[in-house]
Amino acid sequence: MLDGFSAEILARFQFAFTVSFHIIFPSFSIGLASYLAVLNGLWMRTRDETYLTLFNYWKKIFAVAFGMGVVSGIVMSYQFGTNWSVFSDKAGPVVGPLMAYEVLSAFFLEAGFLGIMLFGRERVGEKLHMFATAMVAFGTLMSATWILSVNSWMQTPAGYSVNEVGQFVPEDWWQIVFNPSFPYRLAHMVLAAFLTTALVVGAVGALHLLRDKADKEARRMFSMAMWMAVIVTPIQIFAGHEHGLNTLEHQPVKIMAMEGHYESHPEGWAPLYLFGIPNDEEQRLDYAIGIPGLGNLIFEKPLDYPVMGLDTIPDDEQPPVGIVFWSFRVMVGLGMLMLGLGLWSAWARWRGRLYDAPWLHRACIAMGPSGFVAVLAGWITTEVGRQPYTVYGLLRTSDSLAPVDAPAVAASLIAFIVVYFAVFGAGTFYLLRMMNKRAATPKLGLRDGPIRTAGITPAAQVDQDFIPGA
Amino acid sequence: MVFDLAFIWAGLIAFAVLTYVVLDGFDLGIGILFPFGKSEADRDLMMNSVAPVWDGNETWLVLGGGGLFAVFPLAYAIVMPALYMPITLMLLALVFRGVSFEYRWRAEKKGLWDVAFFGGSFFAALCQGIALGALVQGIEIEGRAYAGGWFDWLTPFSVLTGFAVVVGYALLGATWLILKTTGDLQVQMRGYAWWLGAATLGTIGIVSIFTPFQDPIYFERWFNLPGSLWSMIVPVLMIALTWTFFTGLNDQSDLRPFLSALGFFVVSFVGIGISFYPMMVPPSLTIWEAAAPDSSLAFALVGAVILIPIILAYTAYAYWVFRGKMDPSEGYH
Repeated sequence: MLDGFSAEILARFQFAFTVSFHIIFPSFSIGLASYLAVLNGLWMRTRDETYLTLFNYWKKIFAVAFGMGVVSGIVMSYQFGTNWSVFSDKAGPVVGPLMAYEVLSAFFLEAGFLGIMLFGRERVGEKLHMFATAMVAFGTLMSATWILSVNSWMQTPAGYSVNEVGQFVPEDWWQIVFNPSFPYRLAHMVLAAFLTTALVVGAVGALHLLRDKADKEARRMFSMAMWMAVIVTPIQIFAGHEHGLNTLEHQPVKIMAMEGHYESHPEGWAPLYLFGIPNDEEQRLDYAIGIPGLGNLIFEKPLDYPVMGLDTIPDDEQPPVGIVFWSFRVMVGLGMLMLGLGLWSAWARWRGRLYDAPWLHRACIAMGPSGFVAVLAGWITTEVGRQPYTVYGLLRTSDSLAPVDAPAVAASLIAFIVVYFAVFGAGTFYLLRMMNKRAATPKLGLRDGPIRTAGITPAAQVDQDFIPGA
Repeated sequence: MVFDLAFIWAGLIAFAVLTYVVLDGFDLGIGILFPFGKSEADRDLMMNSVAPVWDGNETWLVLGGGGLFAVFPLAYAIVMPALYMPITLMLLALVFRGVSFEYRWRAEKKGLWDVAFFGGSFFAALCQGIALGALVQGIEIEGRAYAGGWFDWLTPFSVLTGFAVVVGYALLGATWLILKTTGDLQVQMRGYAWWLGAATLGTIGIVSIFTPFQDPIYFERWFNLPGSLWSMIVPVLMIALTWTFFTGLNDQSDLRPFLSALGFFVVSFVGIGISFYPMMVPPSLTIWEAAAPDSSLAFALVGAVILIPIILAYTAYAYWVFRGKMDPSEGYH
């Protein structure tokens, strides 16, 4: 089935496939863990049952998503060795300890307190339960911190030397952990996780508001999510911009690919391309539509500042431009839509119609998955954009590969594809079915109560439509 | 014996792997015994007895793998490609096992995820045992890379160790359930524990007989008197544990069979350590050859020394919170 592909391309595809599936779950669980901590904190402070209901609702959803994140994450921690063993041998002394810190300071924390958060409120009391919930949230953020430090070091290596057998040897841990792109990447990813979660919570709130605008849990979660959208999106756009400036400084070739700049503009006035079909063969952007000069201004350079293109870079040091160019545009486009959604909600709120705006609610449902798509597009931009290297400028992807034959990699790749689509497809189905139920549904598990047909709202709930003040 | 950073780290990795084996061992064992649960209520109880802790237990596997990557990157880079198939199958099996805990409560047909829970647990255990056997057999190295084929791991010996681990995990699962349940389920598990205990000891015995012939160094460790006298502590302890195990079952003790079964694993692990030392990857890669530079070992050790005691403390706390017999009337979260 996969004959004719090299072991390298198969291993790359397998890593891309498994890591893409994996990142979906943390993007959601990082934000959701913090949201749960906030909900539980608000419940303890205000004793408003709505917060407790919301906590119990999202907790069950979190448990399923977190489980999927755990099992897909373990695969990652072994795949460095199974498929990228030369990389592991060479970069292990630097990135390995960072991952060990991730396990020690984050994974154990999450896993150790997750059981208490899910099952233990009655057993340990409210205060310790709150502590456990906060530790789970803190653990997800610690995990993000370490793994982004690892990824950033691979993008912008610092603080190392190379020994006689070709291993990267740590010289200055401070420089390694806080390598040049790390703070930008971390901020961008954590904000992305918060925003992704807010969009999901907003979509679920919107769905239930469309059915019943008096649903008080739906109103509460929708309001909270829309505050997040309107506040976090502009911050995220700013963080992304700063991250881009940092990339221009440290990985200019990636920026050339993102911008579709095959040709140099030594006189300045580089165009900002809105559209184009990258053509790596001919090294040009076909059907390009660009705005002259904006390519300088977006990077805060004077109009006559020279902008170099891929024509200054040897072909074998260029990333595949098409993927980078388009995934970047998908991410930015979705970011702009999120900004629009946030502003729309602010306007509806100002008009006092936040809960009575069906078109806003429909738009929120449509945008519900957009955070995941944007996260994936962003990661594709940065990961494909740093090709052909695993450790940027120092270790080529083709020199990082494990000595495993192509048929073995092909077999495992097919197995991963089949299993992931089946297992995570089922999980996504269960998640959507849980989200389809009202937050006030006593039990979300089908086996916990009488089975209802999904999608049909019980009549008693529809009747609540005319509650005064809705 | 050189007491330096590499040696300390070899001990810590061994500790992480052993902790994983005994903790996730009973989780996986419950999965292996799952089809023998007589009713849905019994199966619910079996799974719920580990639901709050399995995730933490499995994290020790990530520490074992991630730790190896961090401090013995060369060993990690050689072992993982050598065991490509069993490791990949184990990871996929753990996917099925892990998601079953939540999916089972969210699906219309729980049967599908009952099967996934059993199959995932069974194959994860089998692959772990096969990986162990393949490592004991020795791994062919050339330069800084694995030099064998992608089916070298498959031998009668590795299949034997695979089944030994399945049986041993099932024993851990059965004795854990003796500890956590009452009534019919407990009686059933006590009955199973007899046979599983005998089978575990039998397979350990067979594996132990064949192991010294995998590598002349192993043979020397065990049969070269008088140096190997120290090694004799392993069979002596095993005999003592056999006695506590079976008398514990006989006395209807809740705890003793479980602790004895844990002891079987600890002592066997020590036995493997005696065979291996000073090799990290038999037959030719030593702990010191595989170790990362001291700057890596020292940096990671600071974190390990501070964080592992804290982890053990809150893990113990989580077990304490969920101590005692399972309450059948308590539902899922």
